[in-house]
Amino acid sequence: MSELLTDNGRFDRRKLVAYLLKRRGEALMVGGLGAPTWDLAAADGDDRADGNDCNVYLWGGMGLACSIGLGLALAQPTRRVLVVTGDGEMMMGIGSLATAAAAAPGNLAILVLDNQAFGETGKQAGLTAGPTDIARMAEGAGIAAVMTLDAPGDLPALETLLFDEPGPVLAVAPIALTNDPLVLPTNNGAAMAARFRGALGLRD
Amino acid sequence: MASLRAAWAVMTGADWSAAVHAVFRDKAIRQIGTVPDAGLTRLLELCTADNAMRVMTLTREDEGVGLVTGAWFGGERAALLMQSSGVGNVINALSLPSIMKAPCLMLVTMRGQWGEANSWQVPMGQATPGVLEAMGVTCYPVDRAEDVGEAVSAAADMAFKAGVPVAVLIGQRVIGSKAFEAGTDKTADSGEGAL
Repeated sequence: MSELLTDNGRFDRRKLVAYLLKRRGEALMVGGLGAPTWDLAAADGDDRADGNDCNVYLWGGMGLACSIGLGLALAQPTRRVLVVTGDGEMMMGIGSLATAAAAAPGNLAILVLDNQAFGETGKQAGLTAGPTDIARMAEGAGIAAVMTLDAPGDLPALETLLFDEPGPVLAVAPIALTNDPLVLPTNNGAAMAARFRGALGLRD
Repeated sequence: MASLRAAWAVMTGADWSAAVHAVFRDKAIRQIGTVPDAGLTRLLELCTADNAMRVMTLTREDEGVGLVTGAWFGGERAALLMQSSGVGNVINALSLPSIMKAPCLMLVTMRGQWGEANSWQVPMGQATPGVLEAMGVTCYPVDRAEDVGEAVSAAADMAFKAGVPVAVLIGQRVIGSKAFEAGTDKTADSGEGAL
């Protein structure tokens, strides 16, 4: 599975997310502001061009992806909820890991795509380019199981963690800082929310 | 007799916390996110003791806006309970209910208002209604204990039926202002208020 790596030895975000989404099954997804949302839209592939009904696509609300995932996971305890977000987005809401750890929904998984930069705003260095380690912060917050994806050989363990192990769980995936073609889901938040809720059979 | 007194306190609004808890039950509020405030103590105790509700302590109030939005995505009703100082932490997060036409029910216990002795509470307390309204939140200010339950009921109906953010601002006149006494081991309250 070394084809998921880029030349610099870090993972290709689009290939990694597409690889993992093959395993999603009935999982509900939350894409964090910016590139993770475009990654989800790109990986939807054979779904509608404007996105998958069971994905929450965030174009704003930086720092809140994990909190949205927590509320959703508690409300839908029989569905796996996978939050895919970036290192900067996670750092802004880092305290929400403590909240999620205390609430301890068994169906919540968080994947942090860590390119050590604010890729959407000009590739300014992020804090994880320095001494900061989100995986260790998650452990300190009390997240039940945490891993860092060090090599392609860890991918089976990553899939098991994200989709099968009792949550809340968190994984950090070191990804390359790349220029990927924009693949944009709908930016109509009300329409996106209505179709997501509709897919769950919710009204009002 | 004790239960009769308690029932009378609820009916007359003297126990506004019990009235709000009853409204939460009636409106099927399942998730409650909070950064606590002294004025919320009794309400949070009632909700924590209620198996139908899950009270979650947040690190910052903006988490609560994400939480209630996520709960709504999943079909559960939720509310955010905070002190007025916390309103300053939720401003950008309030984009979510606005852009998604999602409910966001908030209860705000006010500081920096009626008889405030701590000057540090005044700027955010005085700015709270303006900040919320600037972000499109409908505010229900309440200054009498007997009106709180009814206001929360109406706010919940508006939030969940119209799909909009609504905040009930529970005035400092309801929760009591607080006197700071130098040299004592703790601050003395004229009501339930504290730092």
